[in-house]
Amino acid sequence: MKFEILQQLNAERAARRPAIVVTDTATGAQRLVKAADIAADPLAAELDKQLRMGKSATVDAGGQKLFLNVYAPTAKLVIVGAVHISQALAPLARSLGYDVTVVDPRTAFASPERFPDVPLIAEWPDVALPPLNIDHYTAFVALTHDPKIDDPALLHAFARDCFYIGALGSKKTHAKRLERLKGQGASDADLGRIHAPIGLAIGAVSPSEIAVSIMAEITAALRLPASSKAAAA
Amino acid sequence: MQLDRDEDILRAAEAWRKAGRGVALATVVETWGSAPRPAGSSLVINDEGTFLGSVSGGCVEGAVVTEALDVIDSGTPKLLEFGVADEAAWKVGLSCGGTIRVFVEKVD
Repeated sequence: MKFEILQQLNAERAARRPAIVVTDTATGAQRLVKAADIAADPLAAELDKQLRMGKSATVDAGGQKLFLNVYAPTAKLVIVGAVHISQALAPLARSLGYDVTVVDPRTAFASPERFPDVPLIAEWPDVALPPLNIDHYTAFVALTHDPKIDDPALLHAFARDCFYIGALGSKKTHAKRLERLKGQGASDADLGRIHAPIGLAIGAVSPSEIAVSIMAEITAALRLPASSKAAAA
Repeated sequence: MQLDRDEDILRAAEAWRKAGRGVALATVVETWGSAPRPAGSSLVINDEGTFLGSVSGGCVEGAVVTEALDVIDSGTPKLLEFGVADEAAWKVGLSCGGTIRVFVEKVD
C-alpha cells in the first residue's frame, strides 16, 4: 500500500467517512475510493453493496480479481430519554455493535443503576448533544414523550443528517409534534424522515419487544438499498 | 457501514512508517469454510518483527509474519493461501477446517 493511500485512508476514518481500498491481488495495483466518489466509480454497484453490508470481499470484475476492503465507521445510537424502553434498547444495540449513548436531563431517570455499562448524560439536549458529534452514521431515537426534551433533540438530529431518526408516540401525538417542529423551522423533508410510530409493526407489547422492533427498523435503514426501502414504506 | 471494534492497526502502520521503519500489511482477502477471521481482517508488522492485529486468530500468524518480513525486503506483494483439512484443523487451531487467502504488501 502506498503511504499516501494509507494516510488518506486514516484521515477518512478519523473523520468517520467511509472509504474502500480496491486491490488487484494479482498485481498489487491499488486505489482508494472515498464514499463521495462511489457513485461516479466504474465499480459503483459493487462498492455500494459492500459498503451497505459493511463487508469486505473479493469480486470478479471482467476477469480481474479485485479485493474491496471496506472501512466504515462504527455506527452510533443516541437515545434521548432514559425510559423503560431505553433500558432494553441500550444493551440490545450494544450487542449489535453500536456505540450507544443515553441522554436525559431528568436525573431520576438517567441513573447509572438503571443503565449499567452505557454512557449516560444527564443534561438537556442543547448541552448534551453537540459534543457527541452526531453524524450520518448515527441512528437517533427520541423516547421521552416530553416535547421540551424530544423536540430540540429531533431538530439536532435533522441538522446532523442521521441515517435513522425515530420518535415514540401515537399517530395523534406525532401529528402534534410535526406541527410544533414545523413552527420551529423544520422542513417537510426533515419531518418526513421521522419514523413514527417508531419501530417495525410487529405487534410489540413489552419494552423489550418494542426495543426489538426499533432495532429491526434501524437495521433495515442501515442495510437495505434505498430502492427497497422506498418500496417497503 | 461496518460494525468494527478492531484495534486501530492502520494508525500504527502510519506511525511506524513515519518513524522510518519498514512496514508490511497482511489482509485476509478470501475465505472458504469456517475461516476464523473474515475478509478484511488485517495484521501489520514492522521490520523489527513487532506486529498488531490478526488474520486467523493465531493459527497462521507465524508464517504470515515470516512472509511479511520478506515482502518488506523485496517490496513485491504476495498472495498466500493457507488451507487446513478437517482432520488436521484441530492441531493448528482452526476449529473445523477452512481456507484463507492473505495478501501481503509493503507500505511504501
